[in-house]
Amino acid sequence: MSEIKVVEHVEEPKSTPQAEGDVLLEVQHLTKRFPADTNFFGKATSYVQAVDDVSFFIRKGEAFGLVGESGCGKTTIGKMLVNLITPTSGKIIFDGNDLTAMDKNERKNYCKDIQLIFQDPYASLNPRMRVGDIIAEPMITNNVVPKDQVEKRVNELLECVGLANYMRNRYPHEFSGGQRQRVGIARALAVNPKLIVCDEPVSALDVSIQAQVLNLLDELKEEFGLTYLFIAHGLNVVKHVSDRVGVMYLGKMMEIAPKGSLYNDPLSPYTQALLSAIPSVDPASKRDRIILEGDVPSPIDPPAGCRFAGRCFAKVEGCDEKMPELKEVKENHWCACYRYN
Amino acid sequence: MSKVLATEPASNMEQPKKKIEAREGIWGDVIDGIVSNRASLISGIFILLLVVIAVVTKLFPQVLPYDPYQQDLGSSLLPPSAEHWFGTDLQGRDIFCRVLVGTQISLTVGLIAVAISLSFGVLFGALAGYKGGKWDTVIMRIMDMMLSIPSILLAIAIMAALGPGIEKAIIAIGLVAIPEYARIVRSEILAIKENDYVAAAHVIGDSNFAIVFRHVLPNVLPSIIVRATLGISSAILDAAALGFLGLGVQPPDAEWGDMLGRGRNELFRAPWLMIFPGLAITLAVLAFNLLGDGIRDGLDPKARKR
Repeated sequence: MSEIKVVEHVEEPKSTPQAEGDVLLEVQHLTKRFPADTNFFGKATSYVQAVDDVSFFIRKGEAFGLVGESGCGKTTIGKMLVNLITPTSGKIIFDGNDLTAMDKNERKNYCKDIQLIFQDPYASLNPRMRVGDIIAEPMITNNVVPKDQVEKRVNELLECVGLANYMRNRYPHEFSGGQRQRVGIARALAVNPKLIVCDEPVSALDVSIQAQVLNLLDELKEEFGLTYLFIAHGLNVVKHVSDRVGVMYLGKMMEIAPKGSLYNDPLSPYTQALLSAIPSVDPASKRDRIILEGDVPSPIDPPAGCRFAGRCFAKVEGCDEKMPELKEVKENHWCACYRYN
Repeated sequence: MSKVLATEPASNMEQPKKKIEAREGIWGDVIDGIVSNRASLISGIFILLLVVIAVVTKLFPQVLPYDPYQQDLGSSLLPPSAEHWFGTDLQGRDIFCRVLVGTQISLTVGLIAVAISLSFGVLFGALAGYKGGKWDTVIMRIMDMMLSIPSILLAIAIMAALGPGIEKAIIAIGLVAIPEYARIVRSEILAIKENDYVAAAHVIGDSNFAIVFRHVLPNVLPSIIVRATLGISSAILDAAALGFLGLGVQPPDAEWGDMLGRGRNELFRAPWLMIFPGLAITLAVLAFNLLGDGIRDGLDPKARKR
């Protein structure tokens, strides 16, 4: 079982999931608020709390899955990592350097180290550029390879992602969704990034193509020693690719655990509900489906206590008063829930 | 792990079938677009012919059978004949020669006025749309102010400040049309900059300049081209209107719109006074529009037949 090897022991201090050793990315107390309403003078009067005090880390060579339903802030985290959105507060420490403390020009040097694979392969490729130019552009912008070797490298990359190299002269509209996503992957690989943020890279694809793209991502990870932040809204997709998984709900991190530990023994009630929603392939197996009641509360005025308290089936005292902190309940298994205090 | 990917096999040979030499680069695409569309090819040739006529009549006026400025009141208002193909006007000047000579001014007016409004319009529209915020507010309010004044009035006001003359008319016509281009470019950019491929360009570290010129503006091109080719025709007509008011071309200079305006008085007695300059304007405008279609299709990867 490949799942077991990733549960290697790294000593972690107590308060938040900080880590030492081979950590590539560390996110500390990351927060993003978007103004939701402004008064007459253009000052914000209320905010959408998209990401609220989220901390996690990713080790080198690891695939960290980030799951949660729509609007829980996982894509916002991904966009903050690639500098598409500026965080309100908190730190993003990449390879020992705090990206949030840098000025614009300094930050730009790290652009090529963190790349993003987009969710929608139909919108993420410029319809007026040939596929070869799309893949070559990041190399030329960042001076990754000498000019005369760009074409050779484009061909290599196309081969890596399973496309024939004559396809470099084609336009995106001549490709299928899966092929376009392969182009998007090749573009992300072009600058030899250290970390790739995969923002729901398969959710826009057919189920049959999803497996192909996931396998490809897996192979590329082995081949190039990549590190992934894999964002998805279903645990079943994440199960396929990640070593450790973080579960988010309404801007908060609810649980972080190695994959095996999370899937076999979910601690947070929210994770339990999510897991019970994965359809089973075996019609004979009986599932204890946990049906949650109510809707996700509005992120504009999130509940004062635990974000999940309103829908939780295992409420205890204190849930409505204060958001529980993320604590290490079992080894490497962190959970924000009062039941484990 | 097997490296074989079930479907979508990668045969890394060069594409064997269909040997079409696709022209390289943006100009290659433009030429492809024009050549592959018969109407735009003919239009392109016609416009080339107009350019040749304009240049030749300017450099070698002696090729013309008559002097287009020489009055001959004895042969006033003659109908079209073998001698005078398009007839003669009130002053007895040969209309065929005047139409040919008029190409010079009409083409210049159309092209330069559109070039002025296009460059400023695209610049302002791109700044407003891409930068947003204060840039957007300030630029677009100025554009709104310009749009709130009827364009011909605004042109007259500019002419009043600059003084009469065809060069000033060109400037006035060009300036007046800026807001239309700015609005089109801005609204297109607002939609395009939300696309993921623009975000992708940010992620790879492209500068704003590169993003605008490589990813945003190329996708605005189709609407700009269509507007610009239509703009050439309206510029020619605007020049005519200004000429009619005595602000554009000064007599006896030949200009299609001016000839049309002056021929109006003799419409029932000598319709050829209006028919032939009008025909020239119509054909030129039509040719520019069809050529624009071809260019647009050439630049659109989806419309190209390959």
